[in-house]
Amino acid sequence: MSSPLLETVGLRKAFGALVATDGVDFDVREGETHAVIGPNGAGKTTFIKQLSGELQPDTGSVRFAGEDITRLPPQRRSRKGLARSFQITSIFHDFSTLDNVALAIQAYAGHSFRFWRAAREDASLIQPAMQLLKQVGLEGKAQVLATKLSHGEHRQLEIAMALATRPRLLLLDEPVAGMGTDESARMVKFLETLKGSKTIVLVEHDMDAVFSLADRISVLVYGRIVATGTPAEIRANAEVRAAYLGEEG
Amino acid sequence: MRPAPRTWVLAGLLLLLAAVPPLAAWLDQPFYLDLLRRVMIFAIAATSLNLILGYGGMVSFGHAAYLGIGAYAVGVLGFYGIHDGWLQWSVAIGASALVALAIGAVSVRTSGIYFIMITLAFTQMLYYLGISIEEYGGDDGMRLASRSQFSGLIDLADPAAFYYVVLAILALFLYLTRRLVDSRFGRALQAARSNEARARAIGFSPYPYRLAAFVISGAMCGLAGALLVNHTLYLTPEFMNWTRSGELMFMVILGGIGTTAGPLLGAAALLLLEDLLQGWSLLPKAVTEHWQLYLGVILVLVVLHAKRGLAGLIPGKNE
Amino acid sequence: MNLILIAEQTLNGLQLGVTLFLIAAGLTLVFGIMNLVNLAHGALYMVGAYLGTFFFQQTGSWPLAVALALAGSMLVGVVTEVVALRTLYERDHLDQVLATFGLILFFNELVAMLWGRAAIFSTIPEYLSGHVQIAGGLSYPLYRLVIIGIGLAVALLLWWVVARTRLGMLIRAGASNRPMVAALGVNIRLLYTVVFGFGAALAGLAGLLVGPVYSVQPGMGELILIQVFVVIVIGGIGSIRGAFAGALIVGMVDTLGRAFLKPTLATVLSPTAADAAGPALASMLIYLLMAVVLAFRPAGLFRAVR
Repeated sequence: MSSPLLETVGLRKAFGALVATDGVDFDVREGETHAVIGPNGAGKTTFIKQLSGELQPDTGSVRFAGEDITRLPPQRRSRKGLARSFQITSIFHDFSTLDNVALAIQAYAGHSFRFWRAAREDASLIQPAMQLLKQVGLEGKAQVLATKLSHGEHRQLEIAMALATRPRLLLLDEPVAGMGTDESARMVKFLETLKGSKTIVLVEHDMDAVFSLADRISVLVYGRIVATGTPAEIRANAEVRAAYLGEEG
Repeated sequence: MRPAPRTWVLAGLLLLLAAVPPLAAWLDQPFYLDLLRRVMIFAIAATSLNLILGYGGMVSFGHAAYLGIGAYAVGVLGFYGIHDGWLQWSVAIGASALVALAIGAVSVRTSGIYFIMITLAFTQMLYYLGISIEEYGGDDGMRLASRSQFSGLIDLADPAAFYYVVLAILALFLYLTRRLVDSRFGRALQAARSNEARARAIGFSPYPYRLAAFVISGAMCGLAGALLVNHTLYLTPEFMNWTRSGELMFMVILGGIGTTAGPLLGAAALLLLEDLLQGWSLLPKAVTEHWQLYLGVILVLVVLHAKRGLAGLIPGKNE
Repeated sequence: MNLILIAEQTLNGLQLGVTLFLIAAGLTLVFGIMNLVNLAHGALYMVGAYLGTFFFQQTGSWPLAVALALAGSMLVGVVTEVVALRTLYERDHLDQVLATFGLILFFNELVAMLWGRAAIFSTIPEYLSGHVQIAGGLSYPLYRLVIIGIGLAVALLLWWVVARTRLGMLIRAGASNRPMVAALGVNIRLLYTVVFGFGAALAGLAGLLVGPVYSVQPGMGELILIQVFVVIVIGGIGSIRGAFAGALIVGMVDTLGRAFLKPTLATVLSPTAADAAGPALASMLIYLLMAVVLAFRPAGLFRAVR
């Protein structure tokens, strides 16, 4: 078995007396979709932030494609191929939908010290951006101001922006959060099209989405991973059922 | 792409401004030439501030420093007998850029309240420096030995010629700023203002772009300072006073923050308002004598109730 | 350069330091708790100075004048907060800067309307004037010692209030978690007004104390406010401890720098060079200090009120 694309070794993060991440060993293989679930307050967001670079662990390391990225800030990890979508929608509200994606493409293309050519007429930005919007189903809203999109459309835009940087690994923080049944079904179908070609780490509460998409599931409780396995294995795991799935019924 | 109504209004204003010298001569009212030239010089300064404030979201309270540096570049060189305009104005721009780089390198890393206070503090430092150098007049300031000379090309002593030079520079800077804002560089800057965390997440590091914008902005304002001292023929550290910085910020806000036409509209509005409050014969003496009181109240009301400024009254590109 | 001169300037530095602290304390609390950039804080200092001068002239009793001026400053502060500043809490910093800038113009002109543009003469009572003999042959003005004493006493009082009382606890809580404090049923509006009034009183105290030492004129607030900003940046926004440390540092560096930089330079440079560079460099000293501190500690020396 080849070495994992992303792994954490002994990751630990404490906020004063509160230990949010308690010695987490975690690995993701290339091409797999690995879901992280756990009750509220289990430390999922803290964990994701350490993967994306917004938080630095106290001890332990994060390795990506064999390289230690523990001290790298988010913008550097993005360049290495690790992209994140946000749980609480974080987009550029005063830009159009198309421009949001174009910005992500622009960021990926290298430095932006180009002072003369108008970005909105730059085909090398516009075309790929439209492609991505088509992929997530938002091409009809290209010129709409991002802040005017519906909640579900915001989530779609989030993913489009994450994809714009051609990541090897996608960190999806609750992609179907706040969506109705139809919308989440659509989102799940879309994410299925990404399976295999992209490695995905998925943090989610929605069990339908998790069980349809995940190749493996890790369960995070009080900052520790208590179980890792295929969906079937996790379903059958009594400890997990008691601690977590039991609440969901 | 059809230009937005705002662009037409701006173009119209510039054309109107171009018509002023012959009109003023015909009506024998040189006062207006003088007044509008001053408005345009401040519009240039406000345009430079709009770049970092309006588009970059950087609340720099120290912009008047560059007016001062540009002015002193011209004044000090003139003091030593160097009157060549090309050299003077190049030094004005270069020195401002350098100082902006130095101040920016330290301040741009910070944000929010810190950034405001730090830019303010550094400007005051320059102000006190200006006051303490007795050679160049200390806090009394000094007369300009002679206007910048552009031998053979243009005589700045001719009011109309000088007026057109200022107008040309204003138009040029408005155009350059527009191009800058629409470019990838401008986009990166605006993205950092719009959502800094997201900008980082997709791969932008805000610092280099903000610093570059800060330097460009300072350099532009330095040229405005060179123009200003040629206009006033007198040089004092008051050019760099922080209240001047506040005035520049108000011009940007009054005109409409983050718009191209805003700085010009704002400069005109604020300067004309100040002149009006100080000298309009229809106002009672109680008002004109203490005009700053009323100006202060008006400014507070504008901030509280009219955020979008004058340009906000005219539809722009996205509306 | 002798020891007496050094001692004298050190005391002067201490006096400037406590003055800066009184102004900085209120301002840093307002920054830290209400997230409000208040450029008009210097105006409250000015109001204190004018009221102090006015009431002493009218009543002839210094303690009474101090009490009245303090009350007056607090009142002006509270009225300003209720009328003009409340709406600014929700707004962004740019709006706050501009609105309070407008307030500065307003206050400076108001004071000019009432008392004229020229500096007014502020006196101290007989029993506070005169000099005190300090060990070593230094003869130092009594009044300045009084300022230092009052300043240190207030610092102590502030520490006690913030660390030991319920109000202080609310202040600390409000600094770190505003919504939570509101959710607990505390009247946030009232708390803010109290904090602001408190800060206004402190600034007013500084003004009435140093009025006789510096000059009382329109615009005096802004002159000292910039130094207060440097204090807060160095000390750390929201931290009273930081304001105290920063104020003493700035007070000392500025005073000692102005007094001793030129003669110190003269030992290594020519007299004319020292003459030119000395005052210029001295006036820049605290800003250079600020830049250095920022290079290593971008958020200042101390963290916010804990």
